[in-house]
Amino acid sequence: MVMLREITIGQYYPVDSVLHRMDPRTKLFGTMVYIISLFLTDNVWGYTAAALFLALVIRLSHVPVSFMVRGLKAILFLLLISVSFNLFLTEGEEIFRIWVLHVTKEGVRMAGFMAVRLIFLVMGSSVMTLTTTPNQLTDGLEKSLGFLKKVKVPVHEMSMIMSIALRFIPILVEETDKIMKAQMARGADFESGGLIQKAKSMVPLLVPLFISAFRRATDLAMAMEARCYHGGEGRTKMKPLRYAGRDYAAYAVYAGYLGVIVLTKAVL
Amino acid sequence: MAIKVENLTFVYNPGTALEQCAVNNVSFEIPDGQFVGLIGHTGSGKSTLIQHLNGLVKPTGGKIYYNGEDIYAEGYSLRQLRSKVGLVFQYPEHQLFEVDVISDVCYGPRNLGLSETEARSRAEEALRLVGMKEKYWEQSPFELSGGQKRRVAIAGVLAMNPEVLILDEPTAGLDPKGRDEILNEIAALHEARNMTIILVSHSMEDMARYADRLLVMNHGEKAFDGTPKEVFQHYRELEQMGLAAPQVTYVVHALRERGVEIDEDITTVEEARGALLAALRLQP
Amino acid sequence: MGIIRAEKLVFDYIRRDEEENIEEVDRAIDGLSVDVEKGSFVAILGHNGSGKSTLAKHINAILTPTGGTVWVAEMNTADESKVWEIRKRAGMVFQNPDNQIIGNVVEEDVGFGPENIGVPTDDIWKRVDESLEAVGMTAYRYKSPNKLSGGQKQRVAIAGVMAMRPSCIVLDEPTAMLDPNGRKEVIRTVRELNQKEGITVILITHYMEEVIHADRVIVMDEGKIVMDGTPREIFSRVDELKSYRLDVPQVTELAYELRKAGAEIPEGILSLEEFVGSYMKAYAAQGGRENCADGGQRTDCRSQKEMQ
Repeated sequence: MVMLREITIGQYYPVDSVLHRMDPRTKLFGTMVYIISLFLTDNVWGYTAAALFLALVIRLSHVPVSFMVRGLKAILFLLLISVSFNLFLTEGEEIFRIWVLHVTKEGVRMAGFMAVRLIFLVMGSSVMTLTTTPNQLTDGLEKSLGFLKKVKVPVHEMSMIMSIALRFIPILVEETDKIMKAQMARGADFESGGLIQKAKSMVPLLVPLFISAFRRATDLAMAMEARCYHGGEGRTKMKPLRYAGRDYAAYAVYAGYLGVIVLTKAVL
Repeated sequence: MAIKVENLTFVYNPGTALEQCAVNNVSFEIPDGQFVGLIGHTGSGKSTLIQHLNGLVKPTGGKIYYNGEDIYAEGYSLRQLRSKVGLVFQYPEHQLFEVDVISDVCYGPRNLGLSETEARSRAEEALRLVGMKEKYWEQSPFELSGGQKRRVAIAGVLAMNPEVLILDEPTAGLDPKGRDEILNEIAALHEARNMTIILVSHSMEDMARYADRLLVMNHGEKAFDGTPKEVFQHYRELEQMGLAAPQVTYVVHALRERGVEIDEDITTVEEARGALLAALRLQP
Repeated sequence: MGIIRAEKLVFDYIRRDEEENIEEVDRAIDGLSVDVEKGSFVAILGHNGSGKSTLAKHINAILTPTGGTVWVAEMNTADESKVWEIRKRAGMVFQNPDNQIIGNVVEEDVGFGPENIGVPTDDIWKRVDESLEAVGMTAYRYKSPNKLSGGQKQRVAIAGVMAMRPSCIVLDEPTAMLDPNGRKEVIRTVRELNQKEGITVILITHYMEEVIHADRVIVMDEGKIVMDGTPREIFSRVDELKSYRLDVPQVTELAYELRKAGAEIPEGILSLEEFVGSYMKAYAAQGGRENCADGGQRTDCRSQKEMQ
């Protein structure tokens, strides 16, 4: 259960910076631009540009680099797999071989690029989640995807669901912990036994948890109705999203950055 | 000497920025058959403390002995301990999960490895102890009233045949009738089976009525330990801890200050009635 | 005519089986009539299942009557076109503090109601500021609700209702899940809103010490009103209250017991001060005077004598 508590969804790093104050839509778009740029580029110059851009953004975010690197632990396994695939399975000029595995010049190059790409990708998107509260993110998504409403996608409802989920996840985690302890006090054993035994022992945990979640949902629906909630129709916003000068500046930087990436690809 | 707690300390998230000391160097002994009231404001460490007593939480420091044995020693069966020291959590009805009342109560005894018939007879006994009539046994626990659900949940712990019963605010959210019923059943268990009871409650009136001894927790430390009469003498200190004494205690102190000669350790309405009538020279 | 009025209100909970046939009818409210004056503080008491929560849900149009009528500010709650207007006028606070806070940040939760009724942004901020101030939670506005105590969460919920600028707040057992300090905190807040802002308060509870400051106490049993009066009137009927499985504060019970045994103590004692005052009077009248001669508490005895 300790594990569950340590996972914080969309961990937000609460300091003040230009990036923190930026409109979430700008950050969402920027993250997209960055991810695309990583897949466009395929040479040292392009990666250098991407690295410089990332360094600049991290610097602006006022989030300590050590905090970012910690986030990479989660993808360590994925990183190792993709690096070894590229390293050993790329055809080309052989450098040395161990048994059936042969390492080629192209393989080293590919593996290196793949590793850099993955690391940049994770760090780039974590800059967004570290500087944007889950609420802002939800708001940003709702507004950015607003055009989907025209094709009858319930964008408002989906973002409301997301934001309620964010509010109730810590409550339900705590509740799980409590029910687990209560059943252990009745002699339950959640650890030993085979797979089937383990699955069976989860019933006394899951049933109360579902019942509780449903009860909370009913209560919450009633409370929302009592406060005049009736969908997105005619609803105003306490914190409407508005672009400021820094957002326009950011879009200009994105354009410049994309230009450089395309240049490195075309010219070099 | 049933439970002995020695220099118990528990720290949440040690070594991080969120480090928080929930229990700080607490020691006490609870002999067999005592009715102990545990009080303290929210966050005083009382919930963390009781979770140590049946080994659900491992202390950061200190030792706990049950009948002289260290419960955290290598090879000590915590599962056995949990059947001896029953713990009823706050809002225990939230742990109900079975299709009918009797199967839910059987869950504990079954976990102890008892046969189906033995488990059932234990469950039936426990349900009778909490006053659940036979007509409810085959019903879904989710269709019962709040007070009944809670009694079924308490029966679920009683069916393990514990020697010590710990209850964390068993009357929270109940109406006065439901509250009195539950408390009377707990008192009956204490009387009839000489069961050791540890009751966590915010109601000082209930504490004065039922407990032999009060343990007061404040900021993770043991602040007072004595009979309710002794502890409620410190009503001013209790208030500083965000607690209070029963209203009767305040009446008694206010009257004594004004020269009425009555005992200062009166804590219940019945005692006060007798003393105040005597002071008025009326027959009780 | 009061702000809330119910006439011959009946409400049945109907359980149906899979084929939509009526399986069980449970009458929660049975021909209840009541009239609540604007600006008053009304406490409703009753054990679980007495129908008090069902009545509360009618005031907010969450439930509509099976029979009879409920009016909120002259609007019939059965009129579907008035539902949102009624909910704006009569706000509701529920028992479980966790299950009624929607926002992830305190101030955003308070703004939720005004957002729903289409209040312009600048005005929402004004309302949020005022409401947080009114319940004394301004210092916590940027906090996550999960980091608050139960009493604080309930105050946020009250602020959320206040931001709708209601004329009436219905609180359905708002203190049942709180510790004694949280209970005091919530009751103090509600009393302040009633006195300073003139909000009509309907407080449902089974804690007796919470109702002694009300203007009017209503006791419900089996879906009917069985007692109705000022706290003093209600609390002078201790045996009757006990027959409805309700409690009384210890001083009220003690005063009642002493009076029954022949002591000259008035009916319906509500507070510690009142009890001590009237007991000292009786004490001074019956031999307590001798104590005065001993000195010590002279001033007290003299003042008691002067009062006689």
